[in-house]
Amino acid sequence: MSLLEISNLHARVAAPGGRDILKGVNLTINAGEVHAIMGKNGSGKSTLAQVLAGRETYEVTDGTVLYDGRDLLELSAEERAREGIFLAFQYPVEIPGVSTRYFLKAAVDAVRKHRGLSELDSAEFLDIVRQKMALLKIDHSFISRAVNEGFSGGEKKRNEIFQMAVMDPRLALMDETDSGLDIDALKIVANGASTLRAPDRAILVVTHYQRLLNYIVPDVVHVMMDGRIVKSGDKSLALQLEEKGYDWIEKEVAASTAALA
Amino acid sequence: MPTETTEIESLANQAYKWGFVTDIAADSAPPGLNEEIIRFISLKKGEPDWMLQWRLRAYAHWLNMTTPHWARVTYPPIDYQATIYYSAPKPKKKSIDEVDPELLAAYEKLGIPLNERAALAGVEVAVDAVFDSVSVATTFKEKLAEAGVIFCSFGEAVREHPELIRKYMGSVVPYSDNYYATLNSAVFTDGSFCYVPKGVRCPLPLSTYFRINAKSTGQFERTLIVAEEGASVEYLEGCTAPMRDENQLHAAVVELVAMDNATIKYSTVQNWYPGDKNGRGGIYNFVTKRGACRGINSKITWTQVETGSAITWKYPGCILQGENSVGEFYSVAVTNNHQQADTGTKMIHIGRNTRSTIVSKGISAGFGQNTYRGLVKVLKAAANSRNYTQCDSLLLGDKCGAHTNPYIDVRNTTSRVEHEASTSKVGEDQLFYCKTRGIALEDAVNLIVNGFCKEVFRELPMEFAVEAQKLLSVSLEGSVG
Repeated sequence: MSLLEISNLHARVAAPGGRDILKGVNLTINAGEVHAIMGKNGSGKSTLAQVLAGRETYEVTDGTVLYDGRDLLELSAEERAREGIFLAFQYPVEIPGVSTRYFLKAAVDAVRKHRGLSELDSAEFLDIVRQKMALLKIDHSFISRAVNEGFSGGEKKRNEIFQMAVMDPRLALMDETDSGLDIDALKIVANGASTLRAPDRAILVVTHYQRLLNYIVPDVVHVMMDGRIVKSGDKSLALQLEEKGYDWIEKEVAASTAALA
Repeated sequence: MPTETTEIESLANQAYKWGFVTDIAADSAPPGLNEEIIRFISLKKGEPDWMLQWRLRAYAHWLNMTTPHWARVTYPPIDYQATIYYSAPKPKKKSIDEVDPELLAAYEKLGIPLNERAALAGVEVAVDAVFDSVSVATTFKEKLAEAGVIFCSFGEAVREHPELIRKYMGSVVPYSDNYYATLNSAVFTDGSFCYVPKGVRCPLPLSTYFRINAKSTGQFERTLIVAEEGASVEYLEGCTAPMRDENQLHAAVVELVAMDNATIKYSTVQNWYPGDKNGRGGIYNFVTKRGACRGINSKITWTQVETGSAITWKYPGCILQGENSVGEFYSVAVTNNHQQADTGTKMIHIGRNTRSTIVSKGISAGFGQNTYRGLVKVLKAAANSRNYTQCDSLLLGDKCGAHTNPYIDVRNTTSRVEHEASTSKVGEDQLFYCKTRGIALEDAVNLIVNGFCKEVFRELPMEFAVEAQKLLSVSLEGSVG
């Protein structure tokens, strides 16, 4: 059974007269795989990640999403998180006055409670945190600082990857984790994410650029255009896109649509 | 965003947990305000004539005063003749063992044990319990007496320590100070008195727990704390009231006096009944609190967490008279549903090198209106003085309001005054971020709000800070859903 099965997913902005953004997405991801979704600005790739995470500013109008065989769309955002879905944000949010440590402890305990486990005591929690920090080479001062407050762009993204490591998700959604990073920061973040590859975990990477995929090598690359996945292939597709841009795919799609009509 | 707005508004109004009524026979005055009532109160309290005369002078003055209207609060005129000015549970107790079991049970229910063996939250705290118009018990008196500290009800202090009361009462807040303080001076019924002699560090934190129980009764208490040269004391104050449909008046006066090198830390968690979600009922909280840093290097810190009351009108201030004296004000004020708060501080710099810090955090939800009003006045003589003011507002939802009214008046050229202000909104993005980490909506709101208040909470004693956080979450339950 696949970990994630998206069929004919349609979604729009949840407001009167809201724009349609997803227009029939089909995508299947198995545990252990890394998938990349590429596409131009406005193609709907970030929206897909947010809809999967349960953002209520989008409304699903059609289609189904099965997560581990269950109807994902029935679950609230926090339930999805507790069931093992993690969204690494494109623009991580600041929570002034709340330490990263306190925030993460609340998160981990919420997940544990959901799974019928007791809350971690501080020592157990710190053990896990230290281990993940060592793995991702993150400075210890990180956890005493307020969540993302005063963090540089690179630090914010590293914090996302760090949280992802601590939360230990089954499905990790990385929403343009590479945006706004210089090449050094990109390497650190991407290598960190790539260490989180695991046989029981699937990773969906949403990105503009091929360069991130040098570090997190995808099993499958998808191209999204106008709210649909229009082409899928192996990692060479990403290289082709880098070289030739998106125009040739647009032409291909136009040709096949014309042929169908 | 429609989802955000409905989320932020729909959480059902959680019941006010402290809204119970204790069924206890009371000895009450008839409603109404006149000289006769004031004489009745004075007689009931067994006061000496000088005290009665002081009350009568205040009353005569009050009759010529008018209700102040400068605060950003609206309410129908208060009928002072409909209020009961004295209500005491009977029979009158003789010692802690003789306190009416009903009363002990009431305080137990509030989490305030009046039994010294069961100390508050596992920490020894001396408690003075004021029920309607009288103090019903004061704990740990012997232990405090050993250190030379006087801690008793105000009524007892008037009888037992008249020289101290005559010297200090009205010396910080004169009976003619303002409409509500003057009313209080005429009709006050009880409160706490604390005197820490020279060089003594008070061995326990002191605490007064105010409870309004009787219907149609106003509570008018006075608190006076004096820290002599080199003395220090930490004082905590809590308050609750039953849920009732009519508004009840609370007009208190608190005076603090700190002599050379003395320190007073005064913390309040105010949780009077705020009224229901439609704005019916609740306490009108009109309070005058002021501290005088009379001595050199003296320090007064006010910390307040204001979650209750239909209307809060209070400005705990410091008169920084002694050279190098320090005044601090840390405040969290929450207004949910139809609550209104107009609160802040006054820092009056008189002595040289005086310093003041103001940190105010206002949280508005529902239809709540939250106003910070603060005065920083630096007189000519107060050379090299400094003030730092930080004023932050947090909005939950889009029907509430936050207002900041700072008044700054500096009369010399060597002083420095800083003011910073911010307004933010608990956003859908912050809530979604928390939710994607598995944190439920209400926990997310608490997390965000507590983070916002952190700079104030860390000024509170540990057990009070925990209480304040819980209170905040209860107060805001109903603001996000």
